[in-house]
Amino acid sequence: MSDAPTTDGEQSGALAGVREDLAGLDGYRVALYAAVLGLTAFYLTPIESGLVTAFKTNPEGVSSTLPFAPPPGEFFTLEKWETAVQALGRGMVNSALYAVPATVISALLGSFAAYGLTQADWRARYKAPILAMFVAAIFIPYQAVLVPLSQFWGSVPLAEVLTPLWVAGVPRAYTGVIELIVTHVAYGIPICMVLFRGYYTTVSEEMIEAARLDGATFARVYRRIVFPISTPMFAVVLIYQFTQIWNDLLFALILVSTESSPAAPVVLILAGLGESQEGQDFALRMAGAFVAALPTLIVYVLFGDEFAEGVAS
Amino acid sequence: MRDILSSTRTRLRRALRGGDSDDDAVTDDGRVATDGGTAAGGAAGAAGTGGLLDRLDERIGEDFTESAVFWLPPFLLMGLFVYGAIAWNFVISLTDYQGFVGPDYSDLDFEMYVRAANDAGVIEATVNTFLLVVSFTAVALAFGLVLAILVDRDIRFENTFRTIYLLPMSLSFVVTAQFWLWMYNFNNGVVNILLGTVGIGPINWIGNSQIVLWAVVFALVWQFSGYTMVVYLAGLRAIPREHFEAARVDGASTLKMYWRVIVPQLKGSTISAAIVLMVFALKAFDFLYSLVSGYRPPNGTDILATKMVREAYSVNNWAYASAIAIILFLMALSIIGPYLYYQYSKGEL
Repeated sequence: MSDAPTTDGEQSGALAGVREDLAGLDGYRVALYAAVLGLTAFYLTPIESGLVTAFKTNPEGVSSTLPFAPPPGEFFTLEKWETAVQALGRGMVNSALYAVPATVISALLGSFAAYGLTQADWRARYKAPILAMFVAAIFIPYQAVLVPLSQFWGSVPLAEVLTPLWVAGVPRAYTGVIELIVTHVAYGIPICMVLFRGYYTTVSEEMIEAARLDGATFARVYRRIVFPISTPMFAVVLIYQFTQIWNDLLFALILVSTESSPAAPVVLILAGLGESQEGQDFALRMAGAFVAALPTLIVYVLFGDEFAEGVAS
Repeated sequence: MRDILSSTRTRLRRALRGGDSDDDAVTDDGRVATDGGTAAGGAAGAAGTGGLLDRLDERIGEDFTESAVFWLPPFLLMGLFVYGAIAWNFVISLTDYQGFVGPDYSDLDFEMYVRAANDAGVIEATVNTFLLVVSFTAVALAFGLVLAILVDRDIRFENTFRTIYLLPMSLSFVVTAQFWLWMYNFNNGVVNILLGTVGIGPINWIGNSQIVLWAVVFALVWQFSGYTMVVYLAGLRAIPREHFEAARVDGASTLKMYWRVIVPQLKGSTISAAIVLMVFALKAFDFLYSLVSGYRPPNGTDILATKMVREAYSVNNWAYASAIAIILFLMALSIIGPYLYYQYSKGEL
């Protein structure tokens, strides 16, 4: 790699337009684009291979075609998608039932906590340990809390408290959904708090100070100033949290435990899909994987920038 | 919700002050004399003249009690579920709790830790955990750095490429495990077919206990290197343009420039990305569980996270599982502890 082409490349980026594009197409730029496209293939191959396989008949189509080739006419079928939607449909509803409330509540609580710990005027010496506990909680391996968590939910008389629901015809297994909401909120607060805190430290202090001098209470400042300007950060946090909670298997496995439960989340059902005595039905597994991933994929395609911002901080 | 909280606070204050309203300047004569003059923050509109809450405010900062309404409830909920549960988990690990009869807290000892130290399965899982965490973190960091540098070279459609590289991270471990099971399939998987064209294999990626761990690391790098790229990109963008220019004027080649001038400035990004990657690796349970749809991961990939869950939920050795969980927690703590201290010493906490 010599100096001259590099300089060319730099210039072509600094100025924009067609002329530079042509001028910049030297050996260095060609190699650069080849690398970038090669990596694109690397990242998309597992997904592409899964997608085409989901449209193939099993086992004939799956075993007699190349894994990344689209299904030829005689092996094409939509049957696997139908089966996957049938198997995962109720799981999708169950996942949404806890993922949406847990996302909203943990984002709100995280925003409260971040506001109380950044804009409030009290000594950093006392704040630091509390902040440290929030930050450390993000990194806790959940295995360290699983047994107490089972004990705790085993001893809480949730089923009795929720009797009206069962009378109304909701299956009793849905206590698991309530447990999942509370659990995901509790373990989601730390990351939400840290994301909001990064944002609130950049908020202009003069504005808030001025409001306080005008006699606004701490709570009023939040309601009138901080909450409204938090909207972009709420987008980031909600998207990040929704993806995390929807994708999580561990808590679902521990609190709902079997995929045959009426309250089983989609990830739990997917983990056991396409497994049978005759061997693995990969076409069905791939179709199931896409169905289960659909909500997060949609969120990612629509809000990719917010997602990137969420993971970066 | 906030209204309820704030009225609760007002009521709490009243109760503590013996019935005075929030804005009253004068309370009992004694209090006016003792701390009336020193009550912090007249402007805050909450300048009480006495009571426990005001004394707290005075000592810790004027907004302490007012802001507590905001941070204390989330803090308590999180604290109970995280730190309360870890403490409880530690106590359970000292009992002999197993099966379906509840734990007996009267007989506490470290027997489970002795048992873990002598269990070949735990030692193997610890080694695997260590190998997974170190190799995955190192490779994902290096790979992500390369991605970030490539994407940062003023390429066209930069956003599209970035979106594609980050895409796997938006997927669940359960979903990516399905993809990689198919990729690694012995007869029909993409990996073996590609290697077959250059005359290698076929290789039994999942079934061979010598290589399956590396196959898992590769899949995890695929899923998370996009994350490292995003962190490094943010780091690269924060470096002043002149540093790139200065290196070029000195006549350094591009590679040298990155190695000598740019990479050292990415220390902060490297540290925070490494911490997050290590934690992802410790959480690889979901991926390994989904590979086999069961508690027993492929031979050669048993890590502490899978071993712990299996001991607890498959054979109901609750106390033993808790002890393994504490070992895992200590491993995580040995990573997070120094990181938190580093953040604190930089004044970012």
